[in-house]
Amino acid sequence: MWTKVCQTDDLITGAGVAAMVEGQQVALFLVPESEQQVYALSNWDPVGQANVLSRGIVAHLQDEWVVASPLYKQHFSLKTGNCLEESFQICTWQTKIEDGSVFVAQQV
Amino acid sequence: MTTPTHKQRLVVVGNGMVGHHFIETLIAQGGHESYQITVFGAEPHLAYDRVHLSEYFSGKGAAELAMTDGSLYNQHSVKYVTDCLVTGIDRDSKELLLQDSSTVAYDKLILATGSYPFVPPIPGHQRENTFVYRTLEDLDSIRECARTAKTGTVIGGGLLGLEAANALKSLGLKTHVVEFAPRLMPVQLDEQGGDVLKSMIKALDVTVHTDTATNEIVDGETAYHRMNFADGSYIETDLILFSAGIRPQDALATQSGLAIGERGGIAINNQCRTSDNDIYAIGECALWNNRIFGLVAPGYTMAKTAVADLMGDVTTSFTGADMSTKLKLLGCDVGSIGDAHATTQGSKVFVYQDELNNAYRKMVVSEDGKKLLGAVLVGDNSYYDTLLQYFLNAIDLPEQAQSLILPAMEGAPAGLGIDALPATASVCSCHNVTKQDISDAVSAGLMSIGDIKQTTKASTGCGGCAALLKKCVDHELLALGVEVSTDICEHFAYTRQDLFNLVKVEGIKSFAELLGKHGKGYGCEICKPAIGSILASVWNDYVLKKEHISLQDTNDRFLANMQKDGTYSIVPRIPGGEITADKLIVLGQVAKEYNLYTKVTGGQRIDLFGATMAQLPDIWKKLVDAGFETGQAYGKSLRTVKSCVGSTWCRYGVNDSLSMAIALENRYKGLRSPHKIKFAVSGCTRECAEAQSKDIGVIATEGGWNLYVCGNGGMKPRHGDLFATDLDDATLVKYIDRILMFYVKTADRLQRTSVWMENLEGGLSYLKDVVIRDSLGLCNELETQMNHVVDTFQCEWKTTIEDEAALKTFRQFVNHDAQDENVVFVQERDQIRPATLDEKAQLIAKAI
Ligand code: SRM
Ligand SMILES: Cc1cc2nc3c(=O)[nH]c(=O)nc-3n(C[C@H](O)[C@H](O)[C@H](O)COP(=O)(O)OP(=O)(O)OC[C@H]3O[C@@H](n4cnc5c(N)ncnc54)[C@H](O)[C@@H]3O)c2cc1C
Ligand code: SF4
Ligand code: FES
Repeated sequence: MWTKVCQTDDLITGAGVAAMVEGQQVALFLVPESEQQVYALSNWDPVGQANVLSRGIVAHLQDEWVVASPLYKQHFSLKTGNCLEESFQICTWQTKIEDGSVFVAQQV
Repeated sequence: MTTPTHKQRLVVVGNGMVGHHFIETLIAQGGHESYQITVFGAEPHLAYDRVHLSEYFSGKGAAELAMTDGSLYNQHSVKYVTDCLVTGIDRDSKELLLQDSSTVAYDKLILATGSYPFVPPIPGHQRENTFVYRTLEDLDSIRECARTAKTGTVIGGGLLGLEAANALKSLGLKTHVVEFAPRLMPVQLDEQGGDVLKSMIKALDVTVHTDTATNEIVDGETAYHRMNFADGSYIETDLILFSAGIRPQDALATQSGLAIGERGGIAINNQCRTSDNDIYAIGECALWNNRIFGLVAPGYTMAKTAVADLMGDVTTSFTGADMSTKLKLLGCDVGSIGDAHATTQGSKVFVYQDELNNAYRKMVVSEDGKKLLGAVLVGDNSYYDTLLQYFLNAIDLPEQAQSLILPAMEGAPAGLGIDALPATASVCSCHNVTKQDISDAVSAGLMSIGDIKQTTKASTGCGGCAALLKKCVDHELLALGVEVSTDICEHFAYTRQDLFNLVKVEGIKSFAELLGKHGKGYGCEICKPAIGSILASVWNDYVLKKEHISLQDTNDRFLANMQKDGTYSIVPRIPGGEITADKLIVLGQVAKEYNLYTKVTGGQRIDLFGATMAQLPDIWKKLVDAGFETGQAYGKSLRTVKSCVGSTWCRYGVNDSLSMAIALENRYKGLRSPHKIKFAVSGCTRECAEAQSKDIGVIATEGGWNLYVCGNGGMKPRHGDLFATDLDDATLVKYIDRILMFYVKTADRLQRTSVWMENLEGGLSYLKDVVIRDSLGLCNELETQMNHVVDTFQCEWKTTIEDEAALKTFRQFVNHDAQDENVVFVQERDQIRPATLDEKAQLIAKAI
């Protein structure tokens, strides 16, 4: 089941925006250089305890796409939601782009 | 036998650099357990750094020059008495006689009485307004006299004389140097070297009279004194400073019948004992092998030797010391190593001279050309370190030995690598630290220069070895497999300074372009904001432009400071802290309308907290309409220029500090830099704006403005250095333009000006050379660059509220109008504050 969230135009190249999907805050990142193009993970920063990950900087570290939290700079993998510094894993969603629209899959 | 309860009485006479070092070393070795230590000093201060005495004139206070504030002494029960002259020794009863006629018994006595300036008995030498240059008190009286004097003359063109001449010049006096010998620095330099130095110094507007004997000093007509010279000529001068050499202070030794040298100095053996077994002499008062050592490093070695002997270590001995020196005199490099005069039998000489650029270099080598025996450098000391290592370690000279003093050309052999130095090579001669000591420290886990300095003391004396120490540490780290990378991150194999130059020189306008040309991969949260900042410093584009937005840290991306709960604070610019009632009212109204927490900041402005991302544009629209601009509290850029009310209102103010603060804030607002920059301007020396703790500090004087640079509050406070005095408005701005742009151009990322200054090779005097004397020929470029930034200033918030595309990025959710349910406030002291986790849980429970 896919939920249509917004248009690709609404995303920011190389950075994140937040969306509300079925009552959950999702951070969407548009990364044209990557395989997956669009990533979706929880907007909740478990270290800083705030909904801010969509506002972090996207980084490419040792072959992995990550976002650095704007609060205390921990890195979260865009693909797996794994935190590189501490033992946290946050939710991720599958995504796809079709006809200029961005879709997020229901969580499994 | 001595027991801890019955300690031996050890008395040190003289609390100068060497006497203090002796006590420090003795304590470090546990000597205070077996000795009850007492020290007498004739000066009113405890030991201070005489080597850097001249910095007293360039802004350092007595406290900064102090080598101890007494706490070390107190901690180890060392008794100390300042302002107390020891007047005699009774060796039979083992007692000292003090100036107030009391006596003090000793078991062991250390004489560390230093030396005194020699004043040649020229008729008139005792006139008023004549001085010597040795103590803080000397400098106080020179400064006092210089207030009313116009010209000053130093008698003696040696090392100290030229340093004193520099001091007189910096006090604003027209300066003369009178030297009896045919050349300057006769001890260290040969004739040609002295000539080159003379012409360099003349070019600095200091009049040099060599080969000149003074017959008498009498009343002057146009100035306080007239100095009549042997050849019948004369000069007139208001102030005279004698610097005609030093003499060992051996009065106590003479009086008590200790052996002294023919020309003075307390004779010592290799253990630093005098002719009386219970009395040691160390430092400048001591005579070893008929030689006096007028530098601090040999004195320190003597101190260590005496300590070792007292502690029963028989292996340590003093066997002479190297007297090589390198200095910057009046901005001219001078170096002298070993046998500078080529007096060794059969020695051969290489000479390089460049009259066009005032450079002179000489190498003295052994008859077979294999070893370096000595050297003279004038004009450029960059050759010194390598030559000194060849000399000190008797390393075989390379095939083309002359290349060591030739200007660097393509393909020339590089300087002596650290590899070539033996483990025993001395890296820091002041504290006798060898390459092996550094290597041991690094192996023990010390990784930073700072830690190594603290532990080994290397580079904490004259500081001349700083560059060599750095190389040595890097070399050791490398040997341990620790990579000493100066790369900014894995995506760019460059330093921030390299990247800045690439952007500028190649006209690069975006991150993508720079990455494509000079980087690899896709970038990260280190290189993106750093390059975003560089692009902004150079081109000053709007930071939320499409190609720049993903580079910005969250604060820059939303032009506000993110708080712990994800909301933002709003700080409008309030230049100089001056604000009208109307504007205050607007701030109050906006805060009320959006229910924001309000606080006056430490930077003299007003911060409104608790705005959500989506509210930011609306709030800023109201503020911009009321005439506010962004305060850039979020940027690595100019923050605030603090000010005091100054002469407009304050009864003490000597200039309009507030107008100056506002002008400076308006000039530099918007300048993106490696880290934030703060200024302050005070209206007089009472310094109510705390300018000396700022990156740029300005204090009004009767004659204009004094400029202080590179101060810091924060985690590691640092007082600013006095950079220039009595500047007019235009020169002040010109200097600040240059300093800031040079900082922007050369600092590392996230390096405040204070740390930048501490790491700048050559420090304050180098920065002065670059900014005041334009030694790099950069000033034009720096000013042009700054003018570009000033001319292209835009209020980022004004641009943003007029830019539809930018406004879109402030939506809380791209697909929804909801609020962040995790942002919850409670009331405290009649304002909002973020709810704690517990409070949130309770609120949710209530709601259910
Ligand atoms: C608001 C304020 C405290 C206050 O309630 O008064 C403040 C608040 C913050 N300071 Fe500060 N500093 C404030 C004045 C100061 C001062 C005092 C001054 O400027 O006179 C200092 C010491 C002076 C100095 O910088 O040399 C100061 C030294 C720091 C430091 C330590 C810097 C250092 O070099 O050690 C940091 C951390 C940093 O920048 O890395 C810091 C960082 C911060 C940050 C940005 C921390 C953060 O990342 O959230 C705070 C965000 C403020 C916000 O959201 O608006 N703040 N901070 C002050 C804002 C002044 C203004 O009007 O812009
Ligand atoms: C302006 C200047 C620049 C210098 N630059 C350098 C440099 O770049 N590099 C370098 O290596 N060296 C330099 N020197 C020299 C260096 O300062 C000395 O070598 C060093 O201070 C010697 O230390 P000391 O303890 O032997 O003597 P001092 O530091 O002179 O200390 C002797 C102390 O003993 C006290 N005293 C003397 N007699 C008595 C008594 N009877 N009773 C009680 N107290 C007594 C004196 O008042 C004095 O405080 C410089 C000196 C000056 C003045
Ligand atoms: S620094 Fe001087 S002028 Fe400014 S308020 Fe203080 S006393 Fe007055
Ligand atoms: S040589 Fe003087 S501090 Fe190292």
